[in-house]
Amino acid sequence: MKQFLSGDEAFAEGVRLARPQVISAYPITPQTVVVERLSEMVESGQLNAEYVHVESEHSALSCAIGASATGARTFTATSSQGLLYMAECLTYAAGGRFPIVMMNANRATALPWNIYGDQRDSLALLDHGWIQAYAKNNQEALDMALMAYALAEDARVMTPVMVNLDGFALTHTYETVDVPEQAQADAFLPPYEPAANSFNFEHPVNIGYSAGPEYNKYFKYWEHRDMLAAPTVIEEIETHFAQIFGRRYTGMLETAHTDDAEVVLVTLGSIAGLAESVLEQLREEGIRAGLVRIRYMRPFPKDELAHVLMRTKAIGVLEKDISFGGEGTVFTNVNSALLQAGISVPTCNFIGGLGGDDISVDDLCDIYRALVRMANQQSAGEHVRFIGIDNVGGHE
Amino acid sequence: MALNASTISDNELFFGHKACAGCGGSLAVRAALKVLGPHAIAALPAGCMSAVGFNFPQLSFANNAMITPFAATAAVLTGIEAGLRAQGKKPDDCTVVGFAGDGGTADIGLQALSGAIDRNDDVLYICYDNEAYMNTGIQKSSLTPFGAKTTTTPAGQHAHGCLTNKKNLFQIVAAHDITYAATASVGYLPDFVRKVERARDIHGTRFIHVMAPCPTGWGCAVDETVDIARDIVDTGLWYLAEFEGSAISGVCGGKFTLNRNPQTFASVEAYLKRQGRFRALDECEIAEIEAARDAAWEVMRASWC
Repeated sequence: MKQFLSGDEAFAEGVRLARPQVISAYPITPQTVVVERLSEMVESGQLNAEYVHVESEHSALSCAIGASATGARTFTATSSQGLLYMAECLTYAAGGRFPIVMMNANRATALPWNIYGDQRDSLALLDHGWIQAYAKNNQEALDMALMAYALAEDARVMTPVMVNLDGFALTHTYETVDVPEQAQADAFLPPYEPAANSFNFEHPVNIGYSAGPEYNKYFKYWEHRDMLAAPTVIEEIETHFAQIFGRRYTGMLETAHTDDAEVVLVTLGSIAGLAESVLEQLREEGIRAGLVRIRYMRPFPKDELAHVLMRTKAIGVLEKDISFGGEGTVFTNVNSALLQAGISVPTCNFIGGLGGDDISVDDLCDIYRALVRMANQQSAGEHVRFIGIDNVGGHE
Repeated sequence: MALNASTISDNELFFGHKACAGCGGSLAVRAALKVLGPHAIAALPAGCMSAVGFNFPQLSFANNAMITPFAATAAVLTGIEAGLRAQGKKPDDCTVVGFAGDGGTADIGLQALSGAIDRNDDVLYICYDNEAYMNTGIQKSSLTPFGAKTTTTPAGQHAHGCLTNKKNLFQIVAAHDITYAATASVGYLPDFVRKVERARDIHGTRFIHVMAPCPTGWGCAVDETVDIARDIVDTGLWYLAEFEGSAISGVCGGKFTLNRNPQTFASVEAYLKRQGRFRALDECEIAEIEAARDAAWEVMRASWC
């Protein structure tokens, strides 16, 4: 049924359809609406779940870990400082192989204190063992809520999944969203069958133990290996999803006009929607522009990226993130993929949208024009450019 | 059935671990699990008991058990209990129990504990108190008593060990109007066993603060653990008490009971002198400790039953 929903509301609908058995909730802007809607669903009886009012984000994820260890399907949500506050629990959840699904409303990190959207929070925690997905719009957000459980609980993966929605740009912006029927959702996502790392009264288990140098490496290697199974599983899940819901997603990446593109912008999240809208105009100007949207940052789609960027002459990476003293984290990952694939073209990092700053159509056109100059000169010039601070690509 | 030395189970649930000789904490965990039985699910944060009990592949709990983030014992207990309940698969004789040390409870874990009590989650939280961060090598916690030497409260020319008093954890917990709380000591094991048994049979949040000496950190012989754990009660430096919240006592704000009210106290000085950690204390400081004890007992005797 079509409904007019914010990203938070759409995600809450997706969670409801996934029938989580335990929800641990702690509010933080701009995630709050998700836990509000879920509490209403539990109150009204639409959703049969234990709703736990925890006293912090640290406890939110810890509670989810405990619940997951009993074999329950679990959900929590957070944002920004809340994600950072629970950071140590991320590694417990991932290392314990608990298939928890968490929504993160991408928001700036303090200081200065700022409640608006950027991607510093989740990108700072890429290395904590979670699969990280980034939604483009509210429909994808709802659908990702369902698919995230299928992915996390797959026996080949058994890894928690964090689904990221741009703060305000998605969480608080209303769009028409198709909310599936429960019967469809049930057909897509069967109940979670608890795995070996859950309590068993017939055969008690010790889980989440310590492992010294002799054994630790195996656990860490398996964690890595099993996350690398995700792309194959995602493809299967999306095929199944399309059969039931009629919407087909595109795996690790989404591309637009990359087949013949000379200049390509790589980005993630909701800004990809706006970036896609300028491609036609640029092509009318004679710029063969393409776009790649990274849907999953972990596991990192390096082979998929290399495949679509093979014939490109200049590549830009646009992200709402900066690793201070270095460069944007997505840029680092993209460059590594290109290097490993033997692709040697100028690349440039465009940092924008920090603290919720607008990225305009003009900004995006300027970025593409800068990429054209890079392609022609076969040189990147300044590798890391802040949009709106140095008039990026516009009037040098 | 009231459990005692002859009726308690012979079935061991916590064994094969690497605890130091004379460890009071492992004694508390062992005795508690005997009372709670094989369907107990235990959660333990970073600390002595998880460090000695969860060394893959040598896993020491015969019941279901897991490790938790340091600050998160109570939150993980909450999740376990909620998960079992949501799936309708919690056996009647399943107690969800946490075992955390003094630092893991009174310092870093206090917020999560407060949250669980506030929600009145149906879990049992047992704090084994060895009066310092023993797993990391004897550093001060907020339950380290005045005058105790630790590696972060050294005894030297300017200070004779810990300068602060032991945090009043039992009353902090009771102030939540928790369903049931108790203090205990491994030196009075029948009392501890009785309280675990009582807590097992109550629903809602239950908390037991059990004194568990650590020969390694306290500077005493490994065969003195139980004797010192008796001594600390007999000197009045620790007390055996219970708190029944309004839900089970019917008393607004709850009801305290003193389980042991000695007419005379054993010698504080002798108790202190038998432990290396108090060696630097002078007569004045020992007198201060006695005075603080007397003031605390005056209040307890006046207002607790």
